[in-house]
Amino acid sequence: MAKLLGGITTSHIPAVGNAIANNLQQDPYWKPFFDAYPPVHEWLARVKPDVVINIYNDHGLGFFLDKMPTFAIGAAHEYAGEDEGWGLPTLPAFPGDPKLSWHIIEGMVEDEFDITSCQELAVDHGFTVPMQLFWPGLTNNPAMPRAIPISANTVQHPIPTLKRALDFGKSLRKAILSFPDDVKVVVLGTGGLSHQLDGERAGFINKDFDKMCMEKIVHEPEELTKISRHELVRQAGAQGTEFLMWMMMRGALGDNVKLLNQNYHIPISNTGAGTMLLECVD
Amino acid sequence: MTTIEEFDHHTPIPGTTLFDGKMAMKGYALNKMCYSFNAANARDAYVADPAAYYAKFNLNEEQIAACEAKNVLALIAAGGNIYYLAKFAGIFKLSVQDVGAQQTGVTTEEFKEKLLRAGD
Repeated sequence: MAKLLGGITTSHIPAVGNAIANNLQQDPYWKPFFDAYPPVHEWLARVKPDVVINIYNDHGLGFFLDKMPTFAIGAAHEYAGEDEGWGLPTLPAFPGDPKLSWHIIEGMVEDEFDITSCQELAVDHGFTVPMQLFWPGLTNNPAMPRAIPISANTVQHPIPTLKRALDFGKSLRKAILSFPDDVKVVVLGTGGLSHQLDGERAGFINKDFDKMCMEKIVHEPEELTKISRHELVRQAGAQGTEFLMWMMMRGALGDNVKLLNQNYHIPISNTGAGTMLLECVD
Repeated sequence: MTTIEEFDHHTPIPGTTLFDGKMAMKGYALNKMCYSFNAANARDAYVADPAAYYAKFNLNEEQIAACEAKNVLALIAAGGNIYYLAKFAGIFKLSVQDVGAQQTGVTTEEFKEKLLRAGD
């Protein structure tokens, strides 16, 4: 049977992709951010996941406003990285796991969680930056697992509630654990934390709110479902709504988790950058 | 015909435009043009003849004026969504700090300094 190993959260800021492309990991601006990743690499080398479920939000590459799925799940043999328009290098395609994808889709729809299945999906920095952070070298790295992208809408309101995001994760967990093959699965929650790119409030970062979210998500994620979407925008900034991805990941991990590592650093680009490593206890 | 104001579902947050159904309808042409800029040949076509490109996507006068001025607040007011506008800004090599500085009326260096202070 499939086994859930744990979850990892990370910001997925495009500038991180540029920093990796230019080998700036030891640069004074970047070092406090990249120092969070070696402990995660050590854990991944120990637990050796076969599949990564990468929960991210598309920013206008895979989806447009003509048709905007609230929750979309990749169901393809591979996922292309493509030109996003502002200069990040295009990466080789990421191998998928369509058998597990369709098992998850079948299971979640049976569980009354209606999703959009995608047999073609170009993945943007929200997906590719975390893959680069956790598996340096990507397709040249033999440890890189097969990937299944899951994207939630944070481009256009109405976005999902925090409760719906957590419930999505719980349903995802049930579907994964019912997969008959012996595969080890890790779940990523990418994006955030607080930031706002647009409007007169551009540059808004809220350290206290970010720290509260990082504390509560470990053992009290249900508490965070009391935050309304409007309050989330007010407290985390217009693009801080990406915290929904963290809630989706957290729901997939089950009730009992162990916090193995965390880091928080301001600023990376316009963002409060958070990294957490949570291991499933049962 | 219903007016666009009837689709307003949100209470205001200072300095923030919630991109909802109302704004998505208002900005559809502008955002569709910006979405096309994912492709290098589209960016080249825009640079070669902006007026023809606006016409191709049927932008209104407010949206064209905001594009010509490269004025981000005006682009947002015209229905632009920041994720698609980022692709427009990319044509002119504007970073998110350049965009943030322009919207808040400071230099890029001052904007970066403000971000650093958020960690204090």
